[in-house]
Amino acid sequence: MTDLIRLRKISTRRSAEGSALALAWLVGLFAWVLVDLSTGNDLRSGFIPLGCVGALLLTAHIVVRWQAPFADPVILPSVAMLNLLGLAMIHRLDVSNQKLADIRGVAAPTPDVYLQITWLAVGLLLFCAVLFIITDHRRLQRLTFTCGVTGILMLFLPLIPGVGVEINGARLWIDLAVFTIQPGEIAKILLTIFFAGFLVARRHSLALINRKVMGIGFPRAKDVGPLIIVWAAALLVLILERDLGTSLLIFGLFIVMLYVATGRRGWVILGGLLLTGSSFLAFKAFGHVRIRFSVWLDPFSQATDNGYQIVQSLYGFANGGVFGTGWGSGYPQLVPFAKTDFITSALGEELGLTGLIAIILLYVLVIERGARAAVATRDQFGNLLAIGLTTAIGLQTFIVIGGVTRLIPLTGLTTPFLSYGGSSLVANYILVALLLRVSNSARKPEDSDLAVVGLSS
Amino acid sequence: MTRQINRVTLILILLMLALIANLSYIQFFNSAELRHKPGNQRVLLAEYSKQRGPILISSNPIAQSKTTNDALKYLRTYASGSTYAAATGFYSLVYGATGIEQKENDVLSGSDNRFFVDRLQQLFANRQPQGGAVELTINPQAQKAAMAALNGRTGAVVAIDPSTGAILALASSPGFDPNRLASHDTTDMQNYWKYLNENPKQPLLNRPLAMTLPPGSTFKLVTAAAALESGNYRADSTLPGPATIGLPNSTHRLGNWTHNSCGYNSKTTLDNALAISCNTAFAWLGMKLGEDAISEQATKFGFGTSFSVPMNAATSVFPTGMDKAQTAMSSIGQFDVQATALQMALVGAGIGNDGVVMRPFLVSQVLGPNLKVLENTTPQQFSRAMSAANARTLGQMMTHVVDRGTGSNARIYGVAVGGKTGTAETSPGAPAHAWFVGIAPAVKARVAVAVVLQDGGGATEISGNGLAAPIARAVMQAVLNK
Repeated sequence: MTDLIRLRKISTRRSAEGSALALAWLVGLFAWVLVDLSTGNDLRSGFIPLGCVGALLLTAHIVVRWQAPFADPVILPSVAMLNLLGLAMIHRLDVSNQKLADIRGVAAPTPDVYLQITWLAVGLLLFCAVLFIITDHRRLQRLTFTCGVTGILMLFLPLIPGVGVEINGARLWIDLAVFTIQPGEIAKILLTIFFAGFLVARRHSLALINRKVMGIGFPRAKDVGPLIIVWAAALLVLILERDLGTSLLIFGLFIVMLYVATGRRGWVILGGLLLTGSSFLAFKAFGHVRIRFSVWLDPFSQATDNGYQIVQSLYGFANGGVFGTGWGSGYPQLVPFAKTDFITSALGEELGLTGLIAIILLYVLVIERGARAAVATRDQFGNLLAIGLTTAIGLQTFIVIGGVTRLIPLTGLTTPFLSYGGSSLVANYILVALLLRVSNSARKPEDSDLAVVGLSS
Repeated sequence: MTRQINRVTLILILLMLALIANLSYIQFFNSAELRHKPGNQRVLLAEYSKQRGPILISSNPIAQSKTTNDALKYLRTYASGSTYAAATGFYSLVYGATGIEQKENDVLSGSDNRFFVDRLQQLFANRQPQGGAVELTINPQAQKAAMAALNGRTGAVVAIDPSTGAILALASSPGFDPNRLASHDTTDMQNYWKYLNENPKQPLLNRPLAMTLPPGSTFKLVTAAAALESGNYRADSTLPGPATIGLPNSTHRLGNWTHNSCGYNSKTTLDNALAISCNTAFAWLGMKLGEDAISEQATKFGFGTSFSVPMNAATSVFPTGMDKAQTAMSSIGQFDVQATALQMALVGAGIGNDGVVMRPFLVSQVLGPNLKVLENTTPQQFSRAMSAANARTLGQMMTHVVDRGTGSNARIYGVAVGGKTGTAETSPGAPAHAWFVGIAPAVKARVAVAVVLQDGGGATEISGNGLAAPIARAVMQAVLNK
């Protein structure tokens, strides 16, 4: 009987997750200390904040062991690693700001890194809460339309006078007296749930083909309604909130999920046509879109005004070269928004191409592991939800890093887990909790197996 | 749905790979180009974060980087203020660099390829890379004498060692204090920059190298050289020297500054014509020799060449395609003849060096961060302007200018000083420029000097002697230690 138990014992790989988390935390601590070392800061400055982060990660790990023991062991350490690298860079930029203030003889600004750690705490608490409350992701399917309505509401909340505030020319924030939050980040998750639920219900009719053009099946005219609605919503975000990034992300996400649900490339082509058309119209109609495009095509001729951010960002990357200047030895403080949109440029300068490749590979890990959960889940809602959440992270990463490296026009999104910004961090930890929840059910052995284990013990 | 999920995953991973490919392009293939874009502050900031090498004169630093406790780790300081500013230039966070600071930046900043081994050693020793040092040819006594003698008046002085071409003094006046442009106090820096640029006397202009003016009668040295080299004239050849001379196809009559003829019966010798700066005799001589002969002579002395010392000097010009009247005016250094002070010093140096013109240079040595000599400048011949015999004859003639002619203020006791005064009119009524070209001693000269004072005042040869010659004497005395 004991042999049977040993045979049936299921590996949860939780210990691997714990070790990987500890390693990520150690790397984060090293990074922080290296910042202090090269900038002449107090070498003990990281002990308390990183001690707190370590305790939080340990809590999250214990909750995963308890509430989602079969969940993927790679995803949480990967995003924690990204988050810790982001913290070290935000700390490094805080030190620069402090020094600059000392030279100018003005009061030093409050360091942002402590607020970011506070948000990390909120994010991990909600991460745990999601794992506790949502014991089965299939329960979310029942909330499809609730999520859809709330998501749309969240998306347009900043437009309500008195609630929304405009920062740096985009209206993405709502003012909650104590702090401002970016409801678009939460909307991203709610809409993914909505898309998954909606598409599971409608996938058969959406997969019907009207006619074939060059071997590609195109949908029936009466089925394009949902696509048009999402497209219109994305366009409204672009026009009313001037948020190119979120607009592109939501539309792209829907197209990808539509394709996964139906298997019809016709939807992708249709979506691509709508995207091209609306981009062209936006280019014609809006000055800020035209500026983005012209800066993308030729930033150096406008290096002192519109192109300043991207040019400084490219100078940062170039200065970093292959191996980087090392923590604290570059000039990432010269790039505007170095803690938020341009944190990749800051990391690229100090960690170099090699460091950035490592960072991008962490995202690749998350994508691959998310996709694995998507494939392995036994229900279609779970398939769609997991690939949707994975796509949300991958697409957002591509849009923002592609933007700051001039691969695509700059749009303005936070880099998941790296950037300074509470809403984004909290939302992405919730996203990871959902992904782990799906992954847990994907990797969980069949009930019958468990029963055997249970009986034998 | 598995197939679709796998495809989407593949595409997402391809997007990530596209990011990596693009970053490889930016950070590896294109990084050098981006680093050198104008307006990229990072290069300058990086330069400020390591110790820039000193500029030395006789092994003493005249420009060096000192540690500070502000954001920029090092402050460039120039111990002698404006004294050497024409040579060193300035090194400013906001306004870039000029002079040696700019031209030898690779050495001073330590990025020169010759420092590769040093850089590797520093890398392994985990020390901040340091810049190399540049040693200048400037003679501190001569430079101080030149600046003191100029005393803030608008003008320039160049002194050269005729046997090598080494620049012994390079003075521009009014000068500027490079310390205030290298300052980390940007407000003061900007105010000073504004003041310098709005000052009508242009303190930032490097007058000895960049400013060309009509050389006036000092150009008669070139005409005299052309006459001797033609083989048709000797020092004692007789030339017509009336009080005035008519110019062909022109109603203008050229006169002597004394309003008198240059000798008994309106005749003079070449030697005497130079000594008393006889315009009519040289105008006649110029017309006899012709444009081509004088132009050829001028070219041999360096007219038409842009010298890099390593700062680029303006090209001195002897015009072409002139008629007889214009050739006559040009042979006395008027009309469109334009020369830098450096060029006129080279004329003197060529005469004093037995006819051989050496290429002028300012950097004598390049030293590594450990002060090991990496490169010694080898003097180079620029041209043979005259035969040795003719050069010595002309040198002797120049001593007569000082001994009994128009250049009496350049006399130094016990030294056979040769010289030539000049006064260049720019436009009628406007103040003239006072020139003096001196060599000491006149044969096998140890120093050649050219002095120009802009808007020197007075319209006669008196100003060349009265204003410029004493400055030249002070510099020559300093070099000769007399």
